[in-house]
Amino acid sequence: MLKHLISIHDYSREDILKTLEMAAAFEKRPNQPIFSKKVVASVFFEPSTRTRLSFETAANRLGARVVGFSETTNTSLTKGESLKDTIKMVSNYADLIVMRHPLDGSTRYASEVSSVPVINAGDGSNQHPTQTLLDLYSIIKTQGDLNNLKINVVGDLKYGRTVHSLLQAMSHFKPTFKFISPEELRLPQEYREFLSERGIRFSESKLLTDNINNADIIYMTRVQKERFSDPIEYERIKDVYTLNSSMLKECKPNMKILHPLPRVNEIAQDVDSSPHAYYFAQAQNGVFTRMAIIASLLGRENL
Amino acid sequence: MEKQLKVSAIKDGTVVDHIPPDQLFRVIDILGLINSMSQITFGTNLDSKRLGKKGIIKISNKFFEIDDINRIALIAPHAKINIIHDFEVVEKHVLSTPNRIKGIVKCMNPMCITNHQEVETLFTTIVESPQIKLLCHYCEKVTDKENLKIISNRH
Repeated sequence: MLKHLISIHDYSREDILKTLEMAAAFEKRPNQPIFSKKVVASVFFEPSTRTRLSFETAANRLGARVVGFSETTNTSLTKGESLKDTIKMVSNYADLIVMRHPLDGSTRYASEVSSVPVINAGDGSNQHPTQTLLDLYSIIKTQGDLNNLKINVVGDLKYGRTVHSLLQAMSHFKPTFKFISPEELRLPQEYREFLSERGIRFSESKLLTDNINNADIIYMTRVQKERFSDPIEYERIKDVYTLNSSMLKECKPNMKILHPLPRVNEIAQDVDSSPHAYYFAQAQNGVFTRMAIIASLLGRENL
Repeated sequence: MEKQLKVSAIKDGTVVDHIPPDQLFRVIDILGLINSMSQITFGTNLDSKRLGKKGIIKISNKFFEIDDINRIALIAPHAKINIIHDFEVVEKHVLSTPNRIKGIVKCMNPMCITNHQEVETLFTTIVESPQIKLLCHYCEKVTDKENLKIISNRH
C-alpha cells in the first residue's frame, strides 16, 4: 500500500477504485472510531477553511484526535524554522500528517523527511489530490461508473490545478472531454499532448452551452480576475461563462454539475435548486473520501 | 609544418574536448575541478573545424565515473571525453543526458520549494540534450533549455 498521497500520479487506476470503494463504505457508516489511538496532525501553512474542516471532520469521524495549526502566525516558522525541522518534529508527535503549504513541491519534500504518512492538502499551484479523488467519488456516485463519460470542463483551464488533476485521473477511464474557456485560459499544450498520447478524445470551444445536452458531467471552475492582464477583458468574459437554469432545459437527466467551490458568479443561484446541481453534495463527499484516504494510509486495507 | 598543441598533452588522465567556449567555466564548475588537486590545463576559443571555436580541458591522473561526466551533457552535449594512458587515447565516450539529474540545475519555477529552502533539486529528463526538458520531482513543472540555470558546484 502507498505510504503518502502527494500527487494524483501516485495513484494507479486500482488505487483510485479501491479508495472510492472505501469512501462508499464510509458513507454508509460515517462514524467508525477505528483510529481512537491515533493522532492526526493538521498543519496548514496557509489558511484553507474548507479543506481543513473537511479533513478534521474525517479524522474525528474515524475517532482520531487532531492537533495542528491553521496558519503560521503563532508558530516557530515565524522564528525562521525550516520546513524540514517542522515536519521532523511533527512526525515525531503524530501518526499521520495532513499538510497544506503555499510553495509548489513542499509536500513532496515533507514526505521525504517525515517518518509518518503525509497527505497533500494543496501545495501551491501544483497538486490537490484529495480534491480530485472526491471529484471522482462524486462522479462514480452519480453516474454509477467512471468509464466512457462525456465531461464538459468549463472556466480557467490554464491555471486551474483541479482541472489538470481531474483530467489526469480520468485518463484511466476513457472519457470524452469538451474544454470550454476563453482563449486566454485555454488548456495548456502539455495537457493536450498528455491526452493525445493516451488516445483520449477531446475538443475545445469558447461557447459555454456547446454540447451541453450531451454531457454527463459539467465541471465548472472559477474564472479569477487576477488571471487577466486586462481588467476590461475580465469584465467582458465573466458573465459569458455564467451557467444559468435556462441553459439546462434539455440536458440529460443523469447530468450533474460539479464545482470545487468557492463559486463566485460562474453558476447562477437559480441553478442551486435544479436536480442537476451537485456541488454542495460534492463537498460533503469530500469527508468520506478523506476518511478513506486517511484509513488506507494508516494501514486499513478493507473495512 | 609540424602541428603543435595549444594545450599540451598529458600522460595519463581525462581530456574533455569540443566544449562550447562560453560553457568552459561551467563545465569546470560542474565537474568539481575547482577544488581538485590534479594538474589541470585548459584552453578556450581555440579553432575547431566542427564548432568554429571550442574549449578543451585536460586533467592529469583523474578518471571520472560515467554518471559524473554525463552531467555536463546538459551544457556541452557534443563534448568528447578521451581517456589517456601513456599519451595514447585508450577510450572515448560520447555523452548522454542522465535520466535523473540531482543538483546542478535550478528549477525555473520561482514558487518551487527548492528555490526557498535548502532542498537539493532533482529532475527526470523527459527530452534529452540538446533540446532538454527536465521535470522537477518536487513541483512537477518543466524546466526547458531556454530557462536552464546551472547551480554552482559547492563541493
